[in-house]
Amino acid sequence: MAEQLLEVRNLKVSFRTEDGVVRAVDGVSFTVSEGETLGIVGESGSGKSVTMMSVMRLIIDPNATFEGEVIYKGRDLMSLNQAELRQVRGSEIAMIFQDPMTSLNPVYRVGWQISEQIRAHERVSKQAARARAIELLQAVGIPHPAERVDDFPHQFSGGMRQRVMIAMALSCSPSLLIADEPTTALDVTIQAQILELIRKLKDEFGSAVVLITHDMGVVADVADRVAVMYAGRIVEMGSKHDVFYDAEHPYTWGLLGSIARIDRPKPRRLTTIRGLPPSLINLPPGCAFGPRCPQRFEMCDQVPELAPRAAFDHTDACHLDPTIKRNRRDRTIHPELVEGTNEQSA
Amino acid sequence: MLIFIVRRTLWTVLVLFTISVLVFVIFFKTPGVDPARAIAGRNPSPKVMAEIRHQFGLDRPFPVQYGLMMKKIFITHDLVSYSNQGTKVIPEIGAAAPATLSLVFGAAIIWVVMAILMGVAAAVLRGTVLDPILMIIALIGISMPVFWLGEVVNLVTQSRLHHTFLFSWVPPLGYTPFTQSPVLWFKGLIFPWITLSILYIGFYARVLRANLLEIQNEDYIRTARAKGLTERRVLFRHTLRNSMITFVSLFGLDFGVLVGGGALLTEVVFAIHGVGFLTYQSLTNLDLPVIMATVIYGAFFIVLANTLVDIAYAGLDPRVRPA
Amino acid sequence: MAIALTESAEPPAQTTPDLPPEISGRSPWALAWRRLWRNRIAMAALVLFLLIITVSLVAPLYAHDVARVNPFANNLNGTTVINGHRVPLMQQGGGILKLGETPIGPTWDISHYFLGADQQGRDVMARLLYGGRSSLEIGIGSAVICCVIATVIALIAGYFGGLVDAVLSRLMDVIWAFPVFLLAISISTVLLTESSGLSIGPFHLVATSLWLPTLIIAFIYLPYVYRPIRGHVLSVSEKEFVQAGIAQGASDLRLIFSDILPNVVSVVIVLLPLMIATTILTESALSFLSIGVQPPNASWGTIISDGSDLLYTRPWVAIAPGIMIVLTVLSLNVLGDGVRDALDPRAKLRVEAG
Repeated sequence: MAEQLLEVRNLKVSFRTEDGVVRAVDGVSFTVSEGETLGIVGESGSGKSVTMMSVMRLIIDPNATFEGEVIYKGRDLMSLNQAELRQVRGSEIAMIFQDPMTSLNPVYRVGWQISEQIRAHERVSKQAARARAIELLQAVGIPHPAERVDDFPHQFSGGMRQRVMIAMALSCSPSLLIADEPTTALDVTIQAQILELIRKLKDEFGSAVVLITHDMGVVADVADRVAVMYAGRIVEMGSKHDVFYDAEHPYTWGLLGSIARIDRPKPRRLTTIRGLPPSLINLPPGCAFGPRCPQRFEMCDQVPELAPRAAFDHTDACHLDPTIKRNRRDRTIHPELVEGTNEQSA
Repeated sequence: MLIFIVRRTLWTVLVLFTISVLVFVIFFKTPGVDPARAIAGRNPSPKVMAEIRHQFGLDRPFPVQYGLMMKKIFITHDLVSYSNQGTKVIPEIGAAAPATLSLVFGAAIIWVVMAILMGVAAAVLRGTVLDPILMIIALIGISMPVFWLGEVVNLVTQSRLHHTFLFSWVPPLGYTPFTQSPVLWFKGLIFPWITLSILYIGFYARVLRANLLEIQNEDYIRTARAKGLTERRVLFRHTLRNSMITFVSLFGLDFGVLVGGGALLTEVVFAIHGVGFLTYQSLTNLDLPVIMATVIYGAFFIVLANTLVDIAYAGLDPRVRPA
Repeated sequence: MAIALTESAEPPAQTTPDLPPEISGRSPWALAWRRLWRNRIAMAALVLFLLIITVSLVAPLYAHDVARVNPFANNLNGTTVINGHRVPLMQQGGGILKLGETPIGPTWDISHYFLGADQQGRDVMARLLYGGRSSLEIGIGSAVICCVIATVIALIAGYFGGLVDAVLSRLMDVIWAFPVFLLAISISTVLLTESSGLSIGPFHLVATSLWLPTLIIAFIYLPYVYRPIRGHVLSVSEKEFVQAGIAQGASDLRLIFSDILPNVVSVVIVLLPLMIATTILTESALSFLSIGVQPPNASWGTIISDGSDLLYTRPWVAIAPGIMIVLTVLSLNVLGDGVRDALDPRAKLRVEAG
């Protein structure tokens, strides 16, 4: 059994705004073990990015308040001082971001930026750091790394830039790599390459990975375990197989149903989830997904706990009885497979 | 890179040409104005007027007039100031330049240093009470007319508090060349430096602070923090470095304007006989040749500064460099 | 749409999903206005500015009814009343040799030469208020004219593009290339000191008209307003809703005025207070150099110039107008900042402290 690397306990993050208090993250708990890949899926505004940025304490907004604990290798990151935090960032936990165009400083050469990270954590000479940078560029698949190391970010294409970001992130062999929508800004073909690269390198470097995305396809590709977030809460979490084949939460059903599958008969229309995501200032009482859920019933006026209902390692936050769910799930996700239903569910 | 410089130089020449034509048109061709009378200054005799007409070719076609004027200014340097008993204008400007340069360089050093200190302090201390205080000070700085501020400074240092130990060392108004007495040169320039720089400190501190705050929200600053760098390094090597792009380009433009005679109000108030003072004198005396010459020389410096700024910009921001 | 149930006796019944409540919309203008209204410092600045305008507007009232002076006529032999005594306005014993005349200093009596007299024996306080009228008229007038003309040109250039844009932009570049103050000085010198004013066709402006400095200052700042607005027009023109308008067959004029202009107006509104501040400072500098407002008119700049000869003996003549300028420009700058913050769509999530 792999060691537990990261444990997030009841993390809550709120922002004071002109219009009220935004509860971006509303009580999130999960764990990441050594070497495993956790995929966090959700729409925009579900709180997935804010969660992981809070883990690294990269949110420096005076209007933000944080609650809860983030235990990494036995220490609560939320209680570390700046100096200790700096030792963790970049060398123990590294992060790559969504837009490689803007995530690299445009005025410094790429090799310099990688060396900067190395020398911030290890006492090595400039030459040694630069040599390491070239090696890393090679490892991420940049051709002619010895020449490219002196190029500026704007001289790389989007996919190449993301590779540079990955090289930089892995430069100090972090135990945990957080990838915040690493492929969203890239073309689909490049997307596959980057995911392949992440998968290969995580094995080489032995890092655990938390991959944030809104794309179920990406998760299906890379993740070992999946957490589904909605309106600042986790609504379902389990192994990839469990979440994809035995999904327990109606929101997950909606997400799965909206994927076009080429291995199934063509449905009349893809499943959609009616309505809009809730305002994070005025969250509806009870289950946050309630207003949009076709399965809603009286119990849903109480907030459902995230608890294992179907299997011990598969948690969900839905009051529906598991036995009833089976039937409803298939109708929702694959109505074309269930006899007697021509129309799609709402 | 070479092509870049060549292109910029050609462009500079074009701009200077356009400006010189404009100046010429304004002074010689404005409806209702007789350039001969204007050049001749006050109470000209008919003989002088005739000579002027001949010298400047006022009875010849427009391009000829323009050509003659430019020749006088740039080539033969024999543009003569009729109101000022025939002193040669170009050497006069040359003699006045060191005073202006001394004033502008000194003020520039003060304002750059202070603006960076204030701007960085305000950005770092954001959220505390010091940030708005610094910005109000900056705001007051840009709200004061520089000539009025100079008068107030003079009132205090030359008159009201002159006898106190604070200001008794302040020499009478005027400029002492460095070669004559470095100490007096320095003492006589301190208050002009301070007065001239206050306006610019205010402006640049605000611009820098706004720029720093904007850049702090950029993704690459977030990446820098995620790399585990110290806050100080993030501030100086990343945030400040990137804000220097805007800062330096604005600075270059303002500096060019000042060297080109834009400090004339300060020079007048502190009786520093620089290029700006010359311009002012020529205004009160309606000494047209001098006005024209100072305007063209001023424009030249400013266009030169613009070009240098473009080159500096390319040095600071690699995205702009030709591939 | 609910799923048809085939199972019987299901404890949880199916319900129609509820949609979120209607979002009550507020126009961006209303939001911006609300933000500005809440900005107390900006509101205070606005009040101060309006106060200064009001005070300047009542100049004739003050001169005629309160101080009973003519601020434009020389009054070297005049007298006034201080503490019940009648005193001549020009005192003996001025100058280095103590043989000249010095005007009286501030009496701090609102109806008798509050700030003293200047070298012509004129009431400084009355002139200060009249000077405010000139400075404000020219400052606000030139800023408004500049913004309006620059916006129109920018709309035309940005919308039509091509040759029209090239020509107009090059024209603006030429004005831009000319250093602002040098341009102002050149034009002002020519127009204002030759005493014949400006004649273009049927229009004739005498050298003492306030229109001359107003138009000159408006002219020199055209490129400064033109450039940002044109940039904005270009980016708005490319947006889809304009393309949609074109596809619907809307006329050029209609597109410009109902689609593009409203989006560009916010840029102008932010620029306006700052432009007024700039034009007021420029006018005062030109007037100080005697190439702005011409006698017998007064503006704050001319009064400072008058006062510079009296600086060490009667400093208030020079200081008072400067204070007025500082207050006016400061209030405009603060107001401008407030307007910019209010209209900024990326308004930082600022929360009022307390």
